[in-house]
Amino acid sequence: MAAKLTQEQMQAYWGRTSSLMWTILALWFFFGFVIHFFAPTLNGIRILGFPLGYYMAAQGSLIVFVALCVWNTTAQNAIDDEFGVSDE
Amino acid sequence: MAGYSVGGSGFLQNLGRIYALYTGGFLGFVVVLGILEWIGVPDRWLGYLFIFMTIGVYALIGVLSRTAEVSEYYVAGRSVPAFYNGMATGSDWMSAASFIGMAGSLYFGGYSGLAFILGWTGGYVLVSILMAPYLRKFGQFTVPDFFGARYGGHVARMLAVLVLIAASFVYVVAQIVGVGIITSRFLGISFQVACFVGLIGILVCSLLGGMKAVTWTQVAQYIILIIAYLIPAIVMSFQVTGVPIPQLMYGTALEKIAALEQTLKVTQPHSAAFVNAQGQFSAVAMWNYFALILCLMVGTASLPHILMRYFTTPSVRQARESVAWSLFFIFLLYFTAPAYAAFAKLEVYQGLINTPIANLPEWVKSWGRPGLALVGACDAANAVQQFPLCRGVTGNGDGILQLNEFRIHADAIVLATPEIAGLPYVISGLVAAGGLAAALSTADGLLLAIANALSHDVYYKMIDPNADTKRRLVISRALLMVVALIAAYTAGSLGADILFLVSWAFSIAASGLFAGLVLGIWWKRCGNASGVAGVAAGFFVCMFFLYTTEFHGPWVKQAFSWLGDIQIVKIRGRDVAYIWGINNISVGIFGIPAAFIAQLLVGRFAAPATNEMQEFIDSIRVPSGEVKLAPGAGPAH
Repeated sequence: MAAKLTQEQMQAYWGRTSSLMWTILALWFFFGFVIHFFAPTLNGIRILGFPLGYYMAAQGSLIVFVALCVWNTTAQNAIDDEFGVSDE
Repeated sequence: MAGYSVGGSGFLQNLGRIYALYTGGFLGFVVVLGILEWIGVPDRWLGYLFIFMTIGVYALIGVLSRTAEVSEYYVAGRSVPAFYNGMATGSDWMSAASFIGMAGSLYFGGYSGLAFILGWTGGYVLVSILMAPYLRKFGQFTVPDFFGARYGGHVARMLAVLVLIAASFVYVVAQIVGVGIITSRFLGISFQVACFVGLIGILVCSLLGGMKAVTWTQVAQYIILIIAYLIPAIVMSFQVTGVPIPQLMYGTALEKIAALEQTLKVTQPHSAAFVNAQGQFSAVAMWNYFALILCLMVGTASLPHILMRYFTTPSVRQARESVAWSLFFIFLLYFTAPAYAAFAKLEVYQGLINTPIANLPEWVKSWGRPGLALVGACDAANAVQQFPLCRGVTGNGDGILQLNEFRIHADAIVLATPEIAGLPYVISGLVAAGGLAAALSTADGLLLAIANALSHDVYYKMIDPNADTKRRLVISRALLMVVALIAAYTAGSLGADILFLVSWAFSIAASGLFAGLVLGIWWKRCGNASGVAGVAAGFFVCMFFLYTTEFHGPWVKQAFSWLGDIQIVKIRGRDVAYIWGINNISVGIFGIPAAFIAQLLVGRFAAPATNEMQEFIDSIRVPSGEVKLAPGAGPAH
C-alpha cells in the first residue's frame, strides 16, 4: 500500500479529482439538458434519415454518457497512480 | 459437481467460461424449442417450457449460492469483478418498464418518450463521478450505513431507511405487477395468482444466498434479456431495410414515417420536439420533458438497490470501472428501444392503415382477441366482439381500417414485434422470458435492499447490536419473505399501469437521498444537523406534494394558487393537480431543491463536522488506506 499522503498532497489530489468531476459534470449537463433545448431547430437537419434533435436524445447523448464514464474511469485511475493511492 | 458452489474461488476463476457455456446452452435451448415448434408442439407448451426452464435455472443458481456468511449475504463477499457487476447492475436496473413499457411509450409519445431514454442513462455519469468509488471505499453494507456514519448516528440512519423503503417499495410493487402481467399472459392464469407465482420466482433467487445469489442470477438474467431484446429488432430491421443493424437503420423508418404522417394527416409528428396534440410548440411540454429527465437522472444516482451494487466489487478502481460497464450494458437495450417504436409505427402506417379489414395480417387478430386484447381494428359496428380494445370506438363500417379506428396497447410494441416480423412463436416465448428476467431481476434487487435495510440497519444496528451471525441471517430471510408477501399482495390488488409508480420511486429517492449523499462526500464541513435537515426536508416536501397533488388536487389548486398556474388533470380516476402544468411523476423538482436548500442553510448556522468526521471523509476520498470511522457511528459491521 502507498505511503500516507501529506496534507498538501491530499489537497493536490482532491483538487485534481474535483476539477475532473466538474469538467465531466459540465459536459453531462450540456448533453443531458442544454443541447435538447435546441431539438426543434436541430430536427431540421437529417442524417441517415434521423432528424438530428431526435437522434441526440435517442442515441447521441447516450453515447456521450458512456464515453464520459469511461473517461472518468481512465482519468481518475491515472490520477490515483500518479499519487500512488490506487487500491490495486 | 459435488460441493461445487457458485461464487466460490473455482467459480470466480472461470467466470468467462461458465457464462459463455451458459449463453451457448441457452441459445441451444431456444433452437431445441424451435425444432419442437416445427414438429408441432403446441404454443402453450413452448410458453410453459420457457417460463419454467428459465426460472428453474435462476433457482439452481440461487440454491448453489446459498451462504452462511454475513458479508456474502449482504455484499456478495466483495468479489464481483467490474465487468460482471456491470451486467448484474444492468439487469438490476432494467425493469419490466424498460423492457416492455419503454418502446410503447416511444411509440405513443414520439420525441417526448425519449425523456425516459435520457433520464435512465444519464444518471450513471453522476454515479460515476459523485458516488460509486467513495461509497465502495466506505465499504459497509447498505446506503443507510453511510448516512449513519456520516451524519452521526441513528436519526440520519433511520431517515435514510425511511426514504429507502418508500422509494423501493413503490418500485417493487410495479415490478411484481410486471411479472404478473407476463406470467398471466403466457401461462393463461389470473393476474392475482400470477403475482404469487412470480413471487416464488423472485424468492428462489434471493432467499438462500442474499446478494451473492442475486448477483450471479442477475448476470444470467441480463444475458437472457439482452438476447431476447435484440433478436426481434435485428430481424425486423433486416426485413424492412435489408441491413440487420436496427439502431442505425431506423433512421430510414423515421423518414418514411414523416412522409406518411403527411398523407395520413397526423397532427403530432413522431420526431417533433416539444409539441402539443395539434403539432404546435408547447412550453409546458418542454418543461415536463426536462423535469422528468432531471428526476430520473438524479433518482438513478440515489436509488439504494443500484448504489449497493457498487459495494460488491473487490476494489474502488473496479467500482468505478463497473459503473462504465453498467451504463454500456444498459445502453445496448436503450438505444435499441426507439428502433422498436419506429419499425412498429411504420408497419402500422404502411401495412394496416387504409387496408381492407378482410386483408389485415394474422397478428392483428391473434394479439387482438379477447384474453390478450392488445390490438384493435375497430371499423365494424360489432368489432368489440373480436377486439375488446375497441370498446368505446365507433368505426365508420366501410370495411377499410382508418387511422382513428386503430387501437394498440403500449405493451404490444415489444411483445408483438416477433409476430409482426413473421418470426416463429418460439421467438415470442423468448421475448416473454426476457421480460420476465428483467422484472424478476429488478424485483430481487429491490426486495433485498428493503430487507437488508430492515435487518441490518434497523434490527442489527439499532435494536440488537450483539446479535450473532446466524440470528442476523435468519432475521434477514424472514424479513425478505414478509416484505415480498406484502409487495405481492399490494401488486395483486393494484394492477394495470405501472410507469407512474416507477417514476414516483425515482422522485422519492432523488429528493430524500441525493443531497445527503453528494454533500456528505463533497462538502467536508457539512455537519450532522445539516445532513439530517437535508434528508428530512427533501423527503417530506416530496411526499407532501406527491400525496396532495395525487389525492387532493382541487385543494392544492386552492391552497397553492400563489405558486402560479395549477391545472387539474383527470387521470387514474382522480383529479390530479399539475403545478405549473408539470406532471406529478416529476414531483422531485420540489423535493431535490428543498433538500439542498435545507442542508446548505442549516449547514451555515449549525455546528460543522468534527475533526474526526473530516478525517473520515478524507479517508473515503482516497482509494488506498484505512477508513477512519468517526466515533458515534456504531459498530463497524
